[in-house]
Amino acid sequence: MNTHLPVATTSAAIEVTDMTVAYGDKPVLWDVDLETPPGVLMAVVGPNGAGKTTLIKAILGLVPAAAGQVLIHGKPYHAQRQRVGYVPQRGSVDWDFPTSVLDVVMMGRYGRLGWFRRPGKAERDLAMQALEQVGMAEYAQRQISQLSGGQQQRVFLARALVQDADVYFMDEPFQGVDAMTERAIVDLLKGLRSAGKTVVVVHHDLQTVSEYFDWVTLLNVRCVASGPVSQVFTDENLRKTYGGRIAFVGRANNAEPTPGRISTPAPAIGV
Amino acid sequence: MELLNDLFFDYTLRTVAMGTAILGLVSGALGAFAFLRQQSLVGDAISHAALPGVVLAFMLTGLKGPLALMSGAAVAGIAGVLFVIAVTRLTRLKQDSALGIILSAFFGFGLMLLTFLQRNPDARQAGLNHFLFGQAATLLERDVMMMGVFGAAAVGLMLLFWKELKLLSFDRDFGASLGFPMTALEVLITLLLVIAIVIGLQAVGVILMSAMLVAPAAAARQWTDRLGVMVLLAALFGAAAGVVGTLLSSLGAGLSTGPVIVLCISVIALVSLLLAPNRGIVWTWLRNRRHAILATGLMGRG
Amino acid sequence: MSASLEIQLIAVTAATGCALVGVFLVLRSMAMMADAISHTVLLGIVLIFFIVQDLQSPWLLIGAAAMGLLTVSLVEALNRTKLVKQDAAIGLVFPALFSLAVILISRYARGVHLDVDMVIMGELALAPFDRVTIFGLDLPHALATLSAILLINIVFILVFYKELKLSTFDPALAAAFGFSPALLHYGLMALVSVTAVGAFDAVGAILVVALIVTPAASAYLLTDDLRKMLLLSVAIGAGSALAGYWLARLLDANIAGSMATMTGVVFLIVFVLAPQRGVLTQLRRQALQRWRFAQTMLIIHLLHHEGAPDAAVECRAEHLQAHLRWQPDFAAQVIRDAERSGAVHQERGLLRLTDHGRRLAEAAMVR
Repeated sequence: MNTHLPVATTSAAIEVTDMTVAYGDKPVLWDVDLETPPGVLMAVVGPNGAGKTTLIKAILGLVPAAAGQVLIHGKPYHAQRQRVGYVPQRGSVDWDFPTSVLDVVMMGRYGRLGWFRRPGKAERDLAMQALEQVGMAEYAQRQISQLSGGQQQRVFLARALVQDADVYFMDEPFQGVDAMTERAIVDLLKGLRSAGKTVVVVHHDLQTVSEYFDWVTLLNVRCVASGPVSQVFTDENLRKTYGGRIAFVGRANNAEPTPGRISTPAPAIGV
Repeated sequence: MELLNDLFFDYTLRTVAMGTAILGLVSGALGAFAFLRQQSLVGDAISHAALPGVVLAFMLTGLKGPLALMSGAAVAGIAGVLFVIAVTRLTRLKQDSALGIILSAFFGFGLMLLTFLQRNPDARQAGLNHFLFGQAATLLERDVMMMGVFGAAAVGLMLLFWKELKLLSFDRDFGASLGFPMTALEVLITLLLVIAIVIGLQAVGVILMSAMLVAPAAAARQWTDRLGVMVLLAALFGAAAGVVGTLLSSLGAGLSTGPVIVLCISVIALVSLLLAPNRGIVWTWLRNRRHAILATGLMGRG
Repeated sequence: MSASLEIQLIAVTAATGCALVGVFLVLRSMAMMADAISHTVLLGIVLIFFIVQDLQSPWLLIGAAAMGLLTVSLVEALNRTKLVKQDAAIGLVFPALFSLAVILISRYARGVHLDVDMVIMGELALAPFDRVTIFGLDLPHALATLSAILLINIVFILVFYKELKLSTFDPALAAAFGFSPALLHYGLMALVSVTAVGAFDAVGAILVVALIVTPAASAYLLTDDLRKMLLLSVAIGAGSALAGYWLARLLDANIAGSMATMTGVVFLIVFVLAPQRGVLTQLRRQALQRWRFAQTMLIIHLLHHEGAPDAAVECRAEHLQAHLRWQPDFAAQVIRDAERSGAVHQERGLLRLTDHGRRLAEAAMVR
C-alpha cells in the first residue's frame, strides 16, 4: 500500500480529496476537496451542469473518477459500503416496473443480504417500519406506477432508511414533490441528523438552504466553498458559484430567507 | 380431438411438442427481462446474427449435430451483441442504427454463405434452410434433450440470480451502489438471452425468433404487477404458443412452424393488450366512458 | 444491354433510393422502423395480390405502401397506450404481420412467382427476364419501378429539403414555423414503404434494411453536413451494391446477401478508420487528451493548494502519484513536460506554478 494515502487524519464522515471526473474530454469536476463532519445535513448547490449529481456518483463509484480518493469514516468507500445509503433521482427508474412498494423498499436490504439470499420476514418487517416512518405503510402492496411523485420519493427514502446507513447521499429528493412531502422529508432528514447520521443532499432551491441545512457545499465544476451554512453561504461565494446570474439570495448572516429563487422549482405534483 | 390424441400417442409429435414447449418457456421467461430493460429489439439482432454462425459451424465441422450448430449460433450471436455495444459506445450512432446494421449485415453474410454452400449438393440436404423460418418437425430426441439441458441451465441461473437481476432491471445505479457488479450481471442476462434464442432457432427460425422474446413478456405484463408472476406467465404463454403453433402447422403441409408459432403468441399478446383487467385497452376505454357519463350526469343535475 | 449490366443497374438504383431515405431514418433514430416496414410491406403485397391476381400491378406498390403506413400507425398507437414501450411495440407488430404474410404465401400463393425464398433473398438474378416496354424502351420491370421510386425519393427530398432538415434536427422549431412534423413524418414513412417494396423485388424483405440503414450510418460517421451525408450515403450504397454483385458472381452465391455483406464491410472499415470519428482516431485522440488533461490537472491542483497550509504536502511529486492515481513514470513525465512548457518549476522537490502557469490554470478553471 502507498504510505502517502491519507489515513483517517480527521474524524470526518466524508473526506474527498482531489476528485476529478471527465466525460471524454469535458471536465465535469475539477480537483474537488471536501471534508464533511459527521452528524450534519449538507446541501450541495450549484448551477445546472455544475457536477452535483456527478459528485455523488463519483463518491459512490458509479462514474469513474480520473483522480481522487474517497474516505467514508476514515476508510475507503468500498470497505464501507454497508455504512452508505443512496437515493438516486426519482426520474432515473421506470416506475411502470412490475413491482410493489414493499418490494422496492426491501431492495434496500439487498446489500446486507449479499448474493443469492432472498429477503424474508426480517426484511419485510424492516421495510414496513420504514414505510411507516415515511407515512406510506398503507401503500405497501400498491404497484409503484400508481404513486404520485411525492409518494415515489417517499418510497425511495424508505428504501434508503432500511439500508440503516451512517452516511446518506440523496440526489434531488425535493424534485417535483408537493409541499407536504417536502415538509415530511425535511423532518425525516432532521431526524436522521439527530440520530448522528450524515446526510448529503443535492439541492436546487437556494431559498431553503439556510432553513433546512446546517452545512453546505457550493459547487461549480470545482468546489467553491464548503462549510457551515452560517459561514460559507455568503453572497460572495454564491456569486462565485453562479456567476452574474444571481439577483437575490437567502443570505447566511440573516437567517431570514429573502425572496427570489434562482432555479425554477418543478411544479408540485399532488399527493 | 384427433390432434390431442396424436399429442399423447404419436411419438414424433410428442417429441416435437416437448421441444417447442421448452423453447417457449425459456424464451418467455428470459424475454421478460429484455422487455423490462427496454432491450426488446436486441433479441432481433442476436437471432439474425446467429445465421452465419450456424452456417459456418456446419462448414467447419460438416456436422448437423445440435451442439455444433447451437455453439456456432451462440458465438455469432454474442459477436453481434458485442458489435452493437461497440458501435453504440464508440460512435454517435444510436442503438437502433447499431441493431439495424448488425442484424442486416450479419444476416446477409449468413445468407451469402448459405447460398454458397448450397451450390454443393451434399449441403443441400443439410436442411440449413430450416433455420430461416424453423421446422419443428425436424427436431429429434437428441435436439430436444439438448434444448432441455441448456434451457434448464438458463432458467436455473435466472432463478439463482433473481434478486440481483431484478435490481439490475429496476434500478441499476442503486444496485451498483450496494456493491453488486452490474456490468457482470448485464453480461449474464445477455448470455442467458443468447441461450434462449439459440434453443429456439431450429423450431422458430432466425427471422422470427425475436417475437418469442417480446410477445410473451408484453402479454404477461398486462395481467400482473408482480415480476415473479409476470415471468411465470410469460413462460406459460410462450410454451402454450409453441405447442399450439406446432400442432396447427402439422395440419398444413409445408408450413414452416416459425410463422405459425409467432402468430399464436401474437394473438395471445393482442388479447392481453385488449382485455387484461385494469390495464387492458377495452378496460381503460370502459372506465373512461363511465367517468365521462358520470361527469355529464353530474353536470346535468348541477 | 447485357443481363449482367442490367442487374448491376437495378442493384445500384435500389441501393441509391434506400440510401437516401436511410439518412433521415438514421438521423431520427428510427432505423428499426425500417426493419419493421420492410417486413410488413410483404403483407400488403400478398393481400393486394389476392385481389388483383397480378404481380405486375401497380396496385401492389400502393397496397404495400399503405401497409407500411399502417405498421407505423400501429406501433405509434400501441406506444401511446403506454402498455408497452416503443421497442416492444415494434417487436410486437412486425413479426405478427410478417408471419401472417408468410403463412398466406405458403398456403395460398404456392406455385405463383411469389414464394418465401424470394421474400428473403430477392431474385435479382432473374430480374432481367421480366421486361416491360416504356416509351419504346425495352427495360427490366424492376429497373423501371425502381427508377420511378428513386425519382420520387429525389423529388421529395429536394422539395422538402429545408423542412426535413429542420424537423429532423429541431422538431419543436419546425412545428413553430408551421411545418407539420407529423405530415413530414408520415410522408417520410410512406417513402420508406414504397422504397422498401421496390427494393424488395431486388434484394428481399430483410436485406432492404442493410441498404437503408448501413450506408447512411457509415456516412454519418464521415460528415456533419446533411448534404454531404446524403451524397456519401448514396455513394457507399451504390458502391457496396456493385461490390456485392461481383462478390456474388465470384462465389456463385446470393446477390442480395453479398450486397448486405458489403455494406457491413464498408461500415466496419469506416467504423475503424473514419478520419474524425473512427475508433483508431478516437484512441489516438484519447491518448493525447489524457496527456493534456494530466497537464491541466497538475496546474489546477497546484493553483488550488498554492499558499494553503497543506501546500508543502500537496505540491510534491510523490503526492501526485498517490492522490491523482498517477504511475510514478507518468507523473514524472507530466511534471517534466509542464516544466518544459514553463508552467511549473521545482524548488527542492516542491512544485510551484509560474505566472504563466497560474494564468493557464485560471483560464482552465473558468471555461
